[in-house]
Amino acid sequence: MKKSLCCIALGIMYGTLAIAQPEIEKRIQTQLILAENGSTIDLPEGVIHLTKSLSMDGKKNITIKGKGLNQTMLSFKGQIMGAEGLKITNSQQIILENFTIQDSKGDLIKTMHVTGITFRRVKAEWTGKPSPKNGGYAFYPVQCEQVVLDSCTAIGASDAGIYVGQSKHIVVKNCTAYNNVAGIEIENSLYADVHNNVVTGNTGGILVFDLPDLVQKRGGYTRVFNNLIKENNHPNFAPKGNIVAKVPEGTGILILATNQVEIFENLILDNKTVGTGIISYFMTENKFKDKDYYPYPTGIYIHDNQFERKPKRAPLTSTIGKIFTFKLKYGKNVPHIIYDGIVDKNTLDANGRVKLENKICIRQNKNQSIGNMDAENDFKKPTRDAPQFDCALERLKMPVH
Amino acid sequence: MKKTYLFVGFLFLIMIHVGMQLQSPVVFKEKLSDYGFFEGNIADQKPISGVVPYQLNAPLFSDGAHKLRFIQLPVNQQVPYNPDTVFQFPKGTAIIKTFYYKKDERADKKGRQLIETRVLLHEATGWIALPYIWNEAQTDAFLEITGGTTQVAWRDVHGAKKTLQYAIPNMNQCKGCHERNGVMSPIGTSARQLNGDFKYANGFDNQLFRWQKMQLLTALPAAKTIPKLVHYEDGTARLDDRARAYLDIHCAHCHHKTGAAQTSGLFLDWQTQDSTALGFYKTPVAAGRGSGNRLFDIVPRKPNESILLYRMESLDPGEMMPELGRQVQHQEGIKLIKAWIEAM
Repeated sequence: MKKSLCCIALGIMYGTLAIAQPEIEKRIQTQLILAENGSTIDLPEGVIHLTKSLSMDGKKNITIKGKGLNQTMLSFKGQIMGAEGLKITNSQQIILENFTIQDSKGDLIKTMHVTGITFRRVKAEWTGKPSPKNGGYAFYPVQCEQVVLDSCTAIGASDAGIYVGQSKHIVVKNCTAYNNVAGIEIENSLYADVHNNVVTGNTGGILVFDLPDLVQKRGGYTRVFNNLIKENNHPNFAPKGNIVAKVPEGTGILILATNQVEIFENLILDNKTVGTGIISYFMTENKFKDKDYYPYPTGIYIHDNQFERKPKRAPLTSTIGKIFTFKLKYGKNVPHIIYDGIVDKNTLDANGRVKLENKICIRQNKNQSIGNMDAENDFKKPTRDAPQFDCALERLKMPVH
Repeated sequence: MKKTYLFVGFLFLIMIHVGMQLQSPVVFKEKLSDYGFFEGNIADQKPISGVVPYQLNAPLFSDGAHKLRFIQLPVNQQVPYNPDTVFQFPKGTAIIKTFYYKKDERADKKGRQLIETRVLLHEATGWIALPYIWNEAQTDAFLEITGGTTQVAWRDVHGAKKTLQYAIPNMNQCKGCHERNGVMSPIGTSARQLNGDFKYANGFDNQLFRWQKMQLLTALPAAKTIPKLVHYEDGTARLDDRARAYLDIHCAHCHHKTGAAQTSGLFLDWQTQDSTALGFYKTPVAAGRGSGNRLFDIVPRKPNESILLYRMESLDPGEMMPELGRQVQHQEGIKLIKAWIEAM
């Protein structure tokens, strides 16, 4: 035993001398590798400068805990290796709490194939001005189940501050997202509840998207309620090619090709282009060949929200802003709720009307106004506040998370 | 100062030691020499009988490092052939890969610097990957679960001086690439990669048929039915075959339906036929600034509008591909993929 310890001692001493890796970085990474299932990893107090991604794989019931948002700060400003700040993979029941993570070169926290991932009081941010040089996602759970983000803050992401992709059973609550391109984005995900969040100063506030060519195809059954979605008017700074680069500045909520979405009791204020948009994938002008992909938004219920917006032209920085102004002649009186009007013919009944379960239903919103763009017919016959939207859908019920 | 270091060092070791024993019934060997894979001076990397050297048809570029590869199957055990995936080696198999730089690419006799040896062990619970880092004296390599960096210096084929902070991955990062559906797996040891000649002590021989003769490999079919990747630098091979071989070994360990980049929907393995999955006019999913302001992964005939090439050229850890194991551009690879896209 003694001998073997000695041998390791030599090995490690050699390691410490020859390898220019700060002790603390190595210590945390070692803890993440060796953590026993059921244990807690305490992150120390202070600003911890990291040069490489931290990662954890194949663990159960682990809590990674800082001393507080302003007490424990993981800074990746000097990162030279790895595409994210912290990566957690192939694990179960993981809790991250009470720390700040900053300035990674790619995404800040990525979790993949984790069942039971909770982020609680974690701030993930790019410091400095919003920039296309910032990483894509601050919080990035993907292909996870039982995802909870509670009381987290996301700032400065060049894609989405809080992004939940290809996941199931999701709660995003009490979070704050600002100065991101997208504040919160739920993409190709099922059963998400997004509530009691403050989403301001992003390009787009809350996005619910379904995209083609992904492993988890069909998202939906998403509720967005009780959020403050205000002044999401930041110029879009996403690198081109990413879907969010197409989100117009001044977007409150945008539902893209997702089904069974209920939006209620939100305050949607002063988003310059669109309070809530409901569009099909055709509006992105991206082609797709994915045969299993469904490009239409159906079964959307928008009710009991409050909309406000000063009368003003939509910014002309986006295609949609130009369409509003030049094709639809909205002028300063842009409707709060916009629908592209592209209908899946297979959802029509014998009378040529959309079946109830596939309908877009909008009612009982304060200051409600609805613009149907008639994009299907090149915006020729747009309507305003058409009676077809005055209906109610069955309220979504969430399975127990 | 030294004393503190020693103390911290010791604490550390105890932690690691204890941690490992708890983590796994297997106690990892601390030194490469503990395995007894090699005879004589360990730096000569001369394998004992039963430890079989091999090479790949299309090897991964790792910042210009050279590699020595060996495999050891348990005594009297074999692996069955299959045409599609990595061979399903029996428990107890060890795969050993040593990374080194020649001190001068023009003169082998000037010697080499061994950097790291990665040992892949097929344990009862599955594969594990252990990184061993060589000491300066080149007398042994020591387990370093968190990886590390080693300064390397060499002269390239033109005699120019090169230096690099060579990065050695940690255990999790090993798995980041060596993963199929969340389970650790070898990458290179497939029929298509091994189907080529190797210079054995007694002359050249096809590796698969040699393995069959050595009773390591069973169910080997007729030679003409065995898939074979070309070497991507083989100018006599078809451009398409070279490019697909390149993408298969450099990208498909993650960009595969069961790999770590399955979330992207971009699948670059040798068998993918779907053009969108291969990147043709495919929009990125979570590329962030890795898109380089380009719209599609591959725009035929336009390499400079293709994200694929942008990420191969980038040296920024937030953009570059592969994400790990590369700090410099792979010029030959970039040239090849450029030519491939241009010729579409």
